[in-house]
Amino acid sequence: MIPTVVRRIMFYVLVGFGTAFFALPVLWLLSAPFDDTPTYAVRPPREFTLANFQAILDNRYAVGSLVNSTILSLGTMVLVVVSAALAAYALSRAQVPGRDALIYLLLLLSSVVTGTAAMVPIFLLIFELGLIDSHFGVVLVLSGGLLPAAIFLLKDFIDTIPRSYEESARVFGASPLQILRQIVVPVARPGLATIAVWTVVQVWGSFLTPFILLRNQDKQPAAVLVRTFYTEGGSPNLGLIAAFSLIYSIPVVLMYLLAWSRYGFRFHGGIKS
Amino acid sequence: MAAITIGALTKEFPGGVRALDGLDLTIVDGEFFALLGPSGCGKTTLLRTIAGLESPTSGSIRIGSREVTPLPPGARDVAMVFQDYALFPHMTVQENIAYPLKIRRQPRPARAAKAVSVGAQLGLDGLMARRPAELSGGQQQRVALARAVACHPSVFLFDEPLSNLDARLRLEARTFLKRLQRELGVTTVFVTHDQAEALALADRIAVMEAGRIRQVGTPREVFGRPANTFVANFIGSTPMNLLPGVVSGGRVELSGQALALPPSVADALGDGEKVIVGVRPEYVSLSRDRGDLAGAVSIVEHLGTSSLVTVEVDGLLVGATVPEDTEPEPGTPVWLTPSPARVLIYRHDDGTLVG
Amino acid sequence: MSQAEAAVGVAPVRATPTDVVGLGRLRAGGFITPALILIGVFLVFPGVWTLYIGATNFRLTGVAARQPDFVGLENYRRALTDDTFYHSLWLTLLFVFGSAVIGQNGLGFTLAWALRDARAWVKRTIEALVLLAWILPSSVVAFLWIAMLDRDAGTVNALLGRTPGVAWLIEYPMLGIIVFNIWRGTAFSMMLYSAALSSVPPSHLETARLAGATGAQTLRDVVFPHIRRYALTNTLLITLWTFNDFSPFLITAGGPGRDSEIVAVYIYNTAIIGGEMGYSGAISLIVLLMNLLLALVYLRAARTRRRSA
Repeated sequence: MIPTVVRRIMFYVLVGFGTAFFALPVLWLLSAPFDDTPTYAVRPPREFTLANFQAILDNRYAVGSLVNSTILSLGTMVLVVVSAALAAYALSRAQVPGRDALIYLLLLLSSVVTGTAAMVPIFLLIFELGLIDSHFGVVLVLSGGLLPAAIFLLKDFIDTIPRSYEESARVFGASPLQILRQIVVPVARPGLATIAVWTVVQVWGSFLTPFILLRNQDKQPAAVLVRTFYTEGGSPNLGLIAAFSLIYSIPVVLMYLLAWSRYGFRFHGGIKS
Repeated sequence: MAAITIGALTKEFPGGVRALDGLDLTIVDGEFFALLGPSGCGKTTLLRTIAGLESPTSGSIRIGSREVTPLPPGARDVAMVFQDYALFPHMTVQENIAYPLKIRRQPRPARAAKAVSVGAQLGLDGLMARRPAELSGGQQQRVALARAVACHPSVFLFDEPLSNLDARLRLEARTFLKRLQRELGVTTVFVTHDQAEALALADRIAVMEAGRIRQVGTPREVFGRPANTFVANFIGSTPMNLLPGVVSGGRVELSGQALALPPSVADALGDGEKVIVGVRPEYVSLSRDRGDLAGAVSIVEHLGTSSLVTVEVDGLLVGATVPEDTEPEPGTPVWLTPSPARVLIYRHDDGTLVG
Repeated sequence: MSQAEAAVGVAPVRATPTDVVGLGRLRAGGFITPALILIGVFLVFPGVWTLYIGATNFRLTGVAARQPDFVGLENYRRALTDDTFYHSLWLTLLFVFGSAVIGQNGLGFTLAWALRDARAWVKRTIEALVLLAWILPSSVVAFLWIAMLDRDAGTVNALLGRTPGVAWLIEYPMLGIIVFNIWRGTAFSMMLYSAALSSVPPSHLETARLAGATGAQTLRDVVFPHIRRYALTNTLLITLWTFNDFSPFLITAGGPGRDSEIVAVYIYNTAIIGGEMGYSGAISLIVLLMNLLLALVYLRAARTRRRSA
């Protein structure tokens, strides 16, 4: 039996290591953007400046790319939440044969057939549909990839909503669509919000699919564009990269904080605690 | 206001489970009717089938003069209160109560006024703007009742309405429920597994087992003359004594001792027939003086103002209740005398009441 | 419902919805359709198409772009004798094993276990930091780690006190991307194990404690049996995700040379840079099959565990 003192020390060492490990890399993001001559080092700015942020505005594509990221994120979010909600509700309530097997199969499929493995056929498919270089094409592909997991998570959530709400409404004479609209959706709001935030986070940072399907720099989202910030000398423009990364990261962090405080957003991976 | 008539109702689930097995039942208009039985007997299935949430495999249900079997739940003019009350968590008390009226497209002011007045009727003044999560269990139950009352249905259906309340609250709610039903005069069917509750509340009770109705009757009938050993065993807070014996010359021989047969059944039974003698412990008197059965005290259980004494009579265990402060010591030899008018005789092979 | 039937008192057989909510089969099918279409067209179909492409000599440019020929199993034969492919597979296995199976799993579980009784603010702080790492866009995280591992100014070298420091991404690129992936992905495992641990009934833990079990024994006898299923599911998911992960490209682009060319990058290089669509299609299919194989292994393990449990 390990004595309590040693146990306590081990705990603090672990916590200390954990904190340092997860906090240190982020510190660069908080110091470099404000530095006149930023390097890769984490240090207080030699000379505090906001010039790097000005550089973002000066860059031709920078602001546009943030708009593109927003378009892609919101578009995919709407598509995923609506179709996943309908499908998850139907799968949760109706007696569809082979339902559980189907869901697990789809989940497996979405983990296996990812952008990498299906890179080539997706490119060709979008090309044939004439959707290369269009946001709509990217939204469709991303939705297809995210839906299985979204349905899996949402169905689990809807399963926990007591059926007596819907039965009660039904006995009072409500139609299925009325029940869905007036009873189920309001009660399922935390689950829907979770999926919405999760989708936005996934798409906001998504690199590969936009990278392959969007050729035009005007259309590219921030994830892709940030890698094109080089100085005339050919070396990475650290000031611009740092400042842009900071701006680019803020929206998702805020979204997450918002969802956490309002709904206690917890990513269980399917377990109810 | 409507009577409910159920004819040859059968419900079979996939896998061959017969939840309801050819039931026939008539519930009188305005009656407070109980469906009583152990878990799995089909009482909740029957209730849900009346509501329309389950479709019967065969058979018919009439409410009033209408054949409702083909109708969906919303068209049957019934209101159901679920065991967990099913109060919509995102609506206020007032919105919850008004919900059925909203479905019927009543204009907002009308249904708000109705909700408020029904709420007042059930003692919910001042709680109208609260959410269900902010209410106590008893208050939640009354909101669920108010919602059912507000839509003026022909029939109320209650699924274990009191089981979610703590013991003390349950008794108060019982009285409240009975008074409410009497005031409104609406035909009410409620499901319970608690026989004391059924006896206290209902005008008539149907005791169910394994998808069949074993007896229908008033509480007095079901308690005083259970139609078979199942009902006899199920009803009553202390278990009825069920003693196996054999008929012989106008008496029943119980492992060495004998009891006189009640005259009403003496003709129906022949010598050598196996029977079961049923008599409640409350109707067995215990004394030191000579009586019908001799035995020795085995166990004494205190029940408050009385005690249940288990006496061993030649290997049989017989229960008798005695008033408090008169409990004998374990081991004392005593005599038991069942009250002759309260003795019931059941046939051994099928458990039915004789006479 | 005819009068005759009403008189007899027999209910006709009607197509009532069999579910309690009244959705009915048709409507339920309608609800599922939009999602099914999206998944079918943009997920399943490309997966299946890979089968076909791998059997052609399709290229991005040139004659083979216009009229690809069917070459049967030629691409597959080439892949199975291609050293760079095997090299890439080996690197990928290292990557998956190091960063997912050991790294994310281990660190996620350790944190969840250590924090389960910790004070609320400590738990909240660590969770917030770990989740922040998961939330940040991968392009940003890539830069953060490029900065950390830089030879001249990187924080890691600064902490190790070396000048000039080690050019981590040049000399140990696999190590670099493994640490990067552990940093990025631990959040999922940690949250999953946290939830799994809280589902272990406290009475079981207390029984073990009363019997005098040490921490390690409690873990072995009470905790692991309860969370075995979750652990397997978690490991399966993160294995598959990591196997197909493209984000190390953002740090090393497969380099230097081919030193960190995990299979996702290899496919990209072959298909887009090299233009050999057919060949990379074949490779993609092999990768897909390997994933399915891994999934089957896990599922088999899960089923036998359950039987013996």
